[in-house]
Amino acid sequence: MQKVSYDAIGETLYTGTLSNGLTVYVIPKPGFCKKYAFFATNYGGADRRFLIDGQWRDTPAGIAHFLEHKLFDTETGNALADLAANGAQPNAFTSSELTAYYFECTEGFDENLKTLLSFVSVPYFTEESVQKEQGIIGQEIDMMEDTPDYAVYYNLLRGLYGAHPVRDMIGGTKESIAQITAQTLYDLHGAFYRPSNMVLCVAGDVNPERVLEIAGEILPDACDPVPEKDYGPVDQIPVVRAKTEVTMEVSKPLFLTGTRTPPGARGRACLHQELVGSLAVIYLVGESSPLYLELYNQGLITADFSTHYTCGRGHAFTAFGGESRNPDQVLEKLQAEIRATLMNGIDEDRFNRLKRGVYGTVIKGLDTMEGLCYDQTECHFFGTTALDRLSVLETVTSADMLAFIAENLQPEQFALSIVRPR
Amino acid sequence: MGAVTRREILPYVFLTHLETQKFKTGTVQINLLTQLTRETAAKNAILPRILLRGTARYPDLRALRQAMDDLYGANIEPTIRKKGEIQCVGFCASFVDDACLPEGEGILAQITALLGEILLDPSTQNGQFQADYVDQERENLLDEIRGRINNKGSYAVSRLVELMCDGEDFSTFRLGTEQEAADIDTETLTTHYKSLLSAAPVEIFYCGSATVDQLEQVLTAALKTLPRGEPDYAMGTQIRLNALEATPRYFTEELDVTQGKLSLGFRLGDCLDNPNWAAISLFHYLYGGSVNSKLFLNVRERLSLCYYASSILEKAKGLLLVASGVAFDKYEEAKSEILAQLRAIAEGEITDEELLWAKKALMTDLELTRDEPRQLEEFYLQQTILEVDYDLDDLIAMVEQVDVKEVMKIAQGVELDAVYFLKGEEEVS
Repeated sequence: MQKVSYDAIGETLYTGTLSNGLTVYVIPKPGFCKKYAFFATNYGGADRRFLIDGQWRDTPAGIAHFLEHKLFDTETGNALADLAANGAQPNAFTSSELTAYYFECTEGFDENLKTLLSFVSVPYFTEESVQKEQGIIGQEIDMMEDTPDYAVYYNLLRGLYGAHPVRDMIGGTKESIAQITAQTLYDLHGAFYRPSNMVLCVAGDVNPERVLEIAGEILPDACDPVPEKDYGPVDQIPVVRAKTEVTMEVSKPLFLTGTRTPPGARGRACLHQELVGSLAVIYLVGESSPLYLELYNQGLITADFSTHYTCGRGHAFTAFGGESRNPDQVLEKLQAEIRATLMNGIDEDRFNRLKRGVYGTVIKGLDTMEGLCYDQTECHFFGTTALDRLSVLETVTSADMLAFIAENLQPEQFALSIVRPR
Repeated sequence: MGAVTRREILPYVFLTHLETQKFKTGTVQINLLTQLTRETAAKNAILPRILLRGTARYPDLRALRQAMDDLYGANIEPTIRKKGEIQCVGFCASFVDDACLPEGEGILAQITALLGEILLDPSTQNGQFQADYVDQERENLLDEIRGRINNKGSYAVSRLVELMCDGEDFSTFRLGTEQEAADIDTETLTTHYKSLLSAAPVEIFYCGSATVDQLEQVLTAALKTLPRGEPDYAMGTQIRLNALEATPRYFTEELDVTQGKLSLGFRLGDCLDNPNWAAISLFHYLYGGSVNSKLFLNVRERLSLCYYASSILEKAKGLLLVASGVAFDKYEEAKSEILAQLRAIAEGEITDEELLWAKKALMTDLELTRDEPRQLEEFYLQQTILEVDYDLDDLIAMVEQVDVKEVMKIAQGVELDAVYFLKGEEEVS
């Protein structure tokens, strides 16, 4: 394996590639008891249309998530129970762009890693178990549809995207998952769970070479090409629907507002874009901004207010939200702040202070194996390395941030999603 | 990992210090300990939020947050917890460890100084808290107390505790009651703050690369104006070993929910006389505290009676609670099966495998505590409150030694005290 030391932050990254195309990363964490393995495919809830054997194929919403649930079934039982019985704490999740399976443990790491790699790469579905799961996931969908946080989030994405599948719930709907059969699951597993489309990332006090060796032993040898994906026509208008309001069981209005930006660039440029975007949103209305103070003092936002920049491969957006008695007014003030910033330029002191804060946040994040492995996996699919983030941060300038605001945060680009009490 | 040291650095101000090089994040947590009562809980809960609104030197949120940005994005957040009948309020600071900063750029002394300033030197007007800060944070606290109902699962457990422990301090919600919160005003709050500062024992936890002497030095400097009056020696938790009445009490409430929530409350009984926490924790893991527990495998997986079913151990109060989500018409069946699983443990229907799984899960969780500064803090605070002084290593070794008979004996002594069911609203025709 190739070893790269990041002396400035005291981290080391081992990288290896198997002949089947799988990339393996190991981040040693000496002194930690925990050993953590994260096995992910570059296939998530938004990957619904793709080219396979020369034909474009459309698949129902929710299928990646459904596949994640069913993959734990093995011919002899259930991989969750097997891992738990061996002292591991396993779990999985599906995001718009990837599906990940992981566990943490203190002992028996090699054996747990073998179980993880094996159940994810060897599918076992029956029509009966698929039907049973349709009931279970159906209930999960009911619960999610009743959850204000999901409603406010998806209504923002629907305001920003006209066609991109990211606007649909990752879990799908009861109707969409009713179309799933054991055969569709086998087809999709065959297409996207190829080692060449996957990453294994391990953190902890482990032997890197041994991790690579185990992956080579358990996973199939074939190196197959990965199907091309399609996300539909790119939106041309600044915003698809400027405002969406619904009513639900909440004690106070909940809102999320934001703008669409170009998807993440490839390579180090993606880290640059992500850092610039993240700095821009906290510059405008992060906790140390004048606007945050004003909104908080006027009782328009509470401590749960937060800002985000999500920089994905097929989609990217800024988001600002929390509880508020008057979400429209929060957005108006944010838009006014943006106009003023574009007119007056960036306050260099504030910009440098925020950069210093981000520097510390990145360092602190290195203690969390979950975050580190997820981050490195995302970065791999972008063609870059998470541990390069701090050296990229050094290159970010206030001019970059101003340009980001001018391109991506113009007042007319905002969509607003509100959930009001019944 | 290095050794843990505990010292009294000022009168009844205790420092628990864990020196380690393995984290890049340093952690300092300061807690004021006080009796949990209905009358004072809301006042205590609001204090950390008021204090984080501004200090004399950094009078508003923005100035304070800028100071934290300057300290490499240090984070200081309020913590409000309930451990038995003791309320712990204070702050948790997490920041880049000095070992990870360029030579001479160390920030530990500034972080502790800032914490001291936030605790002791608030932004005031005529010697009182800023009235508008109090007004705003009172509304925020009220929102949060009312928001308790938003999560029906935790609401059903919290209501069970309120009803089951009625008349005991433990029934008070972590953030206090709506009535007491609504009554908070600037003057009484300022007075309350001063008396709390002077009477509350203080527990400080540090985890990072600095030595205990360094910590003692920066902390005593940061807290030099901390008033120290007569400590509250009467503080503690009343533990009731047995159920209140001869038969369990039943409570049912209705809300607009699609899934029923069933909670059961048990008193741990005779095992509390001289508690073996390793065995009690293992019993909880075996019954409902882990993925391969009896409740999960039987009530949920095998019989599909519940959407979820797990147990919660309130060590400091000697309670075991069961939380579950059930279809309305499965209430009786689910309740019988939850109780049947407890009986099974009491009667020794425990396979070697089940015991091994529970031990492994518990020992793994304890081991993992070592990698999480926040959980280490929880562990040591818990030890202080339980008045036991063994370390993690000792506890792990004790778990390994637990015999199945000890677990059976604990289950035999457990008494069901109250059952709470949250069901959907009846259609009115």
